[in-house]
Amino acid sequence: MPITPRDYSLIGRDTKLAEENGLASAEWYSCPITRKQLKELMKRSDGQAIRDTTIWFIALGLSAAGGYLFWGRWFCVPFFGIYGVLYGSASDSRWHECGHGTAFKTRWLNDLVYHIACFMILHEPVIWRWSHSRHHTDTIIVGRDPEITSPRPPDVVGMVLNLFALKSGAKAFGKLLLHSIGELNAEEKTFVPEIEQHKVYMVARLYVTIFVAVVLWCIASRSILPAMFIGLPTFYGAWLKMILGLTQHAGLDEDVLDHRLNSRTVYLNPILRFMYWNMNYHVEHHMFPMVPYHALPKLHEAVKDDCPEPYNGLLAAYLEIVPALIKQVKDPQYFVKRKLPSRAIPTPDLPNGTVPVMR
Amino acid sequence: MTTPGADANNAGWIVACHIDEIEREDVIRFDHAGQTFAIYRASEDIYYATDGLCTHEQVHLANGLVIGHIIECPKHNGRFDYRTGQAKGAPACVDLCVYPVRVDAGKVLINIDYESADEA
Repeated sequence: MPITPRDYSLIGRDTKLAEENGLASAEWYSCPITRKQLKELMKRSDGQAIRDTTIWFIALGLSAAGGYLFWGRWFCVPFFGIYGVLYGSASDSRWHECGHGTAFKTRWLNDLVYHIACFMILHEPVIWRWSHSRHHTDTIIVGRDPEITSPRPPDVVGMVLNLFALKSGAKAFGKLLLHSIGELNAEEKTFVPEIEQHKVYMVARLYVTIFVAVVLWCIASRSILPAMFIGLPTFYGAWLKMILGLTQHAGLDEDVLDHRLNSRTVYLNPILRFMYWNMNYHVEHHMFPMVPYHALPKLHEAVKDDCPEPYNGLLAAYLEIVPALIKQVKDPQYFVKRKLPSRAIPTPDLPNGTVPVMR
Repeated sequence: MTTPGADANNAGWIVACHIDEIEREDVIRFDHAGQTFAIYRASEDIYYATDGLCTHEQVHLANGLVIGHIIECPKHNGRFDYRTGQAKGAPACVDLCVYPVRVDAGKVLINIDYESADEA
């Protein structure tokens, strides 16, 4: 029987299939944890996020100052290298955590950092709040999840280009222009409610205005220096975001209702964990998204016996991811099947029986 | 310890739980006749009841976090004032129905025949 490629759009054949198969807005497996424990882990505080955000802003300021002082000499390169990663990669976990409303206890601090980080990474804040909400409802459910970065077969060239946000950035600018003229595409209309759509247009116009101002500033000063601080770091600093981000789900199963099978937890060193705000505990984050980033290591300890073995570092994760993606280019049905430990609770049966993965 | 809307009549009142089943500033789930509710105990020891599912994505609010008079949905951070059911911002855009609650002989009773939406 010939295999039909999967339709990853949110308005196509697989959207209907996901709904028919009971995979849309379904109930997901959760590792057993007591209410008391979970309440303790979900508790909010401002302290750690204020400390981490202060360090982040100071590091951004110092690296920007170095880049400015040494502009025109080779010595500015390491400063812009650091600035770019802090701007174009560290912002990925900041928008994410603050979007969940868990990083800070104080609501307006979450909102403030959310909007700053969204701008840095070229995520429109209203669109991404809603798309990420869907990503958590229907994680890696084909036809439902708007944030599948590694479809089958994977777009390997696109992934390489996205080390410098070349494909994702171009797409983001295209959408920004569309939104700035008061339009959403058909897929976005499926997850952004009508009452929120005017906010998308307003923010898009603000972003466009800022970028136009930066371009005019560059022209007036006959230098790309202004863009090295605002705009370009989203691209030249994106590589770490891509490297860390791919570990979350790439190469793993689709259309399962158990985050232990479609997400990865990877142990990282303290510097990378600071950059990524503990998003490397990705199984735990998806299972209990209201647990703040600073409590994820404790959550991991509480549920790890019910989860597959974590990966010991980026190298271990990529030793699995790279061959899996290469195999998926030729065989889109291939995926890495995560092995649950014998002591773990088995994955519950899917609703309506087994899902036909491709037909 | 009776919320607005409660009356002395017994029609529609059902026992949801014992008062000690909920800690202060917490919530539990209560299912009855195919409906699911969330029963709250505020830090000032007043009990409240709302529909049990978030209006955004049908997630059980009883697994969420109570902060003051706010219940946060465990899945997407939808926030509601559980005293009034008012949605406090995206992704929660539709208010929750709230139900009158009274405490009688150590038991928490809710009136399921009365929904805040009926007032409209």
